[in-house]
Amino acid sequence: MAAGGGIDPIHQFEIKPIVGLRPFGLDLSFTNASLLMVCVVAVVSAIMIYGSSQRSVVPGRLQSLAEMIYEFVASTVTGVMGKEGMTFFPLVFSLFMFVLAGNMLGMIPGSFTVTSHIIVTAAFAFLVIGTVLVYGIVKHGSHFFGLFVPSGVPGWLLPFMVLIEAVSFVSRPISLSLRLFGNMLAGHIALKVFGGFVVALLAAGGAATIIAPLPLLLAVALTALEFLVAFLQAYVFAILTCVYLNDALHPGH
Amino acid sequence: MPVRSSRFVRHGWAGLVASVLSATLLAGAAAAATPPLSGEKAAFPPFDVATFSGQLFWLAITFGALYWLMSTIALPRVGAILEERATTISRDLDNAAQMQAKAEETAQAYESALTEARKNAQAIAQASRDAGAKASDERRHAVEAELSAKLTKAEATIATTKTSAMSNVRGLGSEVAIAIVTKLTGQAPSASEASEAVDQVLARG
Repeated sequence: MAAGGGIDPIHQFEIKPIVGLRPFGLDLSFTNASLLMVCVVAVVSAIMIYGSSQRSVVPGRLQSLAEMIYEFVASTVTGVMGKEGMTFFPLVFSLFMFVLAGNMLGMIPGSFTVTSHIIVTAAFAFLVIGTVLVYGIVKHGSHFFGLFVPSGVPGWLLPFMVLIEAVSFVSRPISLSLRLFGNMLAGHIALKVFGGFVVALLAAGGAATIIAPLPLLLAVALTALEFLVAFLQAYVFAILTCVYLNDALHPGH
Repeated sequence: MPVRSSRFVRHGWAGLVASVLSATLLAGAAAAATPPLSGEKAAFPPFDVATFSGQLFWLAITFGALYWLMSTIALPRVGAILEERATTISRDLDNAAQMQAKAEETAQAYESALTEARKNAQAIAQASRDAGAKASDERRHAVEAELSAKLTKAEATIATTKTSAMSNVRGLGSEVAIAIVTKLTGQAPSASEASEAVDQVLARG
């Protein structure tokens, strides 16, 4: 993968331990990924807790931001799940903010993107689906499995429909985790590759130097696109979380 | 129809992501399939199973902390701020509406009081005008009656004075006639003859 100039687009995803921690033979080292996770919590807490500490009726800048995020997520939650969906508001809010802050902090050059690791996005996806299953079964009992039996389907088609619905349900955590992971990974690789082109063309010298600004322009455009993707993927993750949680709240078709 | 919409969203994004994903997954699978030769040189980092436990451990701690901070501190606080603002605004609007209603009421009361007062003033003016006219009429009538009484009295006085004067004139006339006849004839007529003759002259005019 080592492109010209020794630039490796995969290098940025490497996990490097900062403080070694190996209890019971498990590698629980505090790594650069852990550091970024802590940074995510710090940034989100700074906006939401420090920002709202004034409790002023006429908000300042940071409080406006906190209120804006709150209302944005709250309107998404109530829009998909209705008023009773506010039960899941803290979960959806925490997921949205963790993913958004993780994506955004990953855009800082030289930092690490937490959400570019499949284990992180998979953990979030299984947290969501686990919540759906546990809440749905506890709340509705066997009625929850009516989710897999669409109404108004002729009898002979029903087994196939149940199978399709079941496959669609099982594929949810997979698609949820892979979408976020793939977007973040691919975006960062693309950025690195185009950045590498600039260096490689400059290093090649001669006529190649003249066209070196072209991949640079593309890298700038890609950076803007990546910021959009960083927000959009967090939003998509949050709204799909709402859609799946809605099944736990209202399992009937 | 939440499942339908979710499937729609997934398809929309699946198309976009599919190409990227297939490429990266292939790369990852290839990297994972080739066993690390040196043992130190790890596979494609996101698929490096050795890092999973540590990542999950720290993710659980940090996400748990974030969830706790958000659900117990941040979200109730921001929610309370928003609610307080909403109630403040609605209360102020209510107050303003009440004030306006009160002001309108006051204006209406003022207006009605004004028309009432105007009506009263007109009535009073009319009454005083009527009263004035009546009083002056009465006074005039009284004066006229007094004057006419004086006039009749004066006329009566004139009439009596005239008759008395006329009787004086007759007496005087007969005396003068007696004196004239005596002077002319040397013979004095009787008083009755003289007064008869004067009466004849007076009757002739």
